Amino acid sequence: MNPFQFTRVTTPKAAITAITKESGTYFLAGGTNLIDLMKREVVIPERLVDINKLPLATIDKTATGLRIGAMAKNSAVADNELVKKHFPLLSQALNAGASAQLRNMATVGGNMMQRTRCAYFYDTSMPCNKRSPVQAGPDKGQANGPTGCGALGGMNRMHAIFGASTNCIAVHPSDMCIALVVLDATVNVSGPKGDRTIPFSEFHRLPGDVPQKDNTLQPGELIMSVDLPTNRFADHSHYLKVRDRASYAFALVSVGVGLEMNGKTIRDARLAMGGVAHKPWRLTAAEEFLNGKPATEANFKQAATLAMQGAKGYGENDFKLTLAPNSIIDALKTATKTA
Amino acid sequence: MDQHEYFGDEIDSSDSSRRSFLKQSSALAALVLTPPAAVAAVNQGLHEKVAAAFEQLPLQVNINGTVRQVSIEPRVTLLDLLREQLHLTGTKKGCDHGQCGACTVHVDRARVNACLTLAMTTEGCTVTTIEGLTDGDRDRSGEPAASPATARLHPMQEAFIKHDGFQCGYCTPGQIMSAVACIREGHANSPDEIREYMSGNICRCGAYANIVDAIMDVKKGGARV
Repeated sequence: MNPFQFTRVTTPKAAITAITKESGTYFLAGGTNLIDLMKREVVIPERLVDINKLPLATIDKTATGLRIGAMAKNSAVADNELVKKHFPLLSQALNAGASAQLRNMATVGGNMMQRTRCAYFYDTSMPCNKRSPVQAGPDKGQANGPTGCGALGGMNRMHAIFGASTNCIAVHPSDMCIALVVLDATVNVSGPKGDRTIPFSEFHRLPGDVPQKDNTLQPGELIMSVDLPTNRFADHSHYLKVRDRASYAFALVSVGVGLEMNGKTIRDARLAMGGVAHKPWRLTAAEEFLNGKPATEANFKQAATLAMQGAKGYGENDFKLTLAPNSIIDALKTATKTA
Repeated sequence: MDQHEYFGDEIDSSDSSRRSFLKQSSALAALVLTPPAAVAAVNQGLHEKVAAAFEQLPLQVNINGTVRQVSIEPRVTLLDLLREQLHLTGTKKGCDHGQCGACTVHVDRARVNACLTLAMTTEGCTVTTIEGLTDGDRDRSGEPAASPATARLHPMQEAFIKHDGFQCGYCTPGQIMSAVACIREGHANSPDEIREYMSGNICRCGAYANIVDAIMDVKKGGARV
């Protein structure tokens, strides 16, 4: 690992000051992704600002729902009684991710900030627009234009079928974030220009022409907490994760479902998919179709068809075009207990 | 402090006054003694980078009941601190990327991957490794052990031996540390649950069935872990 400077802070204000001071400075939370990226020299920070001592690990009931501190460990959130009772989807999604050890280290904020697991992003000998947006020329000052995307036309079994660009077909790897987008979460951030709130669905972004940017955070901003509004999804929610082995693997496709039911009729639906796009992929067309409809397999199939509009395979990941709609139907059946 | 600034728990590997002093003093010295290329290098901050590469920071951490005060580079992982500096080689380096679980230790009673933990982040924490799981200097009755053969083991260690929960043994310290935490967390109530919550520990020999048996045995036996 390359050497770097190290600063430990105890207040959010000091953290924001420290990261704003010099370029090449990164926050260090659980480190489960960042330290790995540093060992592989995918990320080479000049300085780490250790934010593990910040008092941001609480989980509190609020007037409108629940506030989860950005430094709360994934395991602490998954095992929290309020989360299990009112937002079981979040608990289920968290427990579907990583291993028990990693969940003890990883934080809510860090989980949101984790980078793609695209093999081309991790392999510094391979082209990647996300890791190296501009190719270094023979003379270091000169650029030779974009580096290119190795996965496009390469080994892309794990890659996106929605919202990709010619610059990047990587997917966002988080399970937790799929649950948070289904649960209409909002993200509270603090930065050099003050505090602001970001709707969860707008926190991550599509690659477009700037694949190096995973999210809409501004320079120097620190995630403080995530707010979950009270909902009526707890009795009819499900997180389905389809992966290459039974546990401890990233999703090929995952589906998060939250339904408010009125008898056998769906009153309000929330659906999102993981493993299919550069951000948690909310299925708004399918949600609108399901609202007010009875929970039948025929309606689930129709919703899945709507959800798949615009999907595109890149060769090795063509199977996701079949796996994804089947997973949507399966998750809806489980959530409505009609399986 | 000559080298580090302290603000309670806060630490900074090099404060700005020291950094600008370094820059200034080296630039002045360089002007007198060295050719223009070196002056350019110093002005680009290279001197500072070289200094940073060797900079060590103080760390105080309780490891297996002993408070250790060490001086380390910030890039040292907890795994490398344990193995290379403190010679606690019971904790194994498998993949070194958080994928195999061989390096599992407890930090403040929570099981973590030591390979992805920067040692500096364990300031003030309590770390338990396989060496500290039980007091191996005593025998089962609590008397000083006459020899290593009569020394007492942790119930999970006994169970791994009884159920043949390993073949080559390389993953075993990590498996045992993880298994103890699995029971403490309340996630060892069935073979299925154990398989799920032990999935972060890979065994290339494939001793999984016996590992699950060992954990179920300890769980059912009700021994304090």
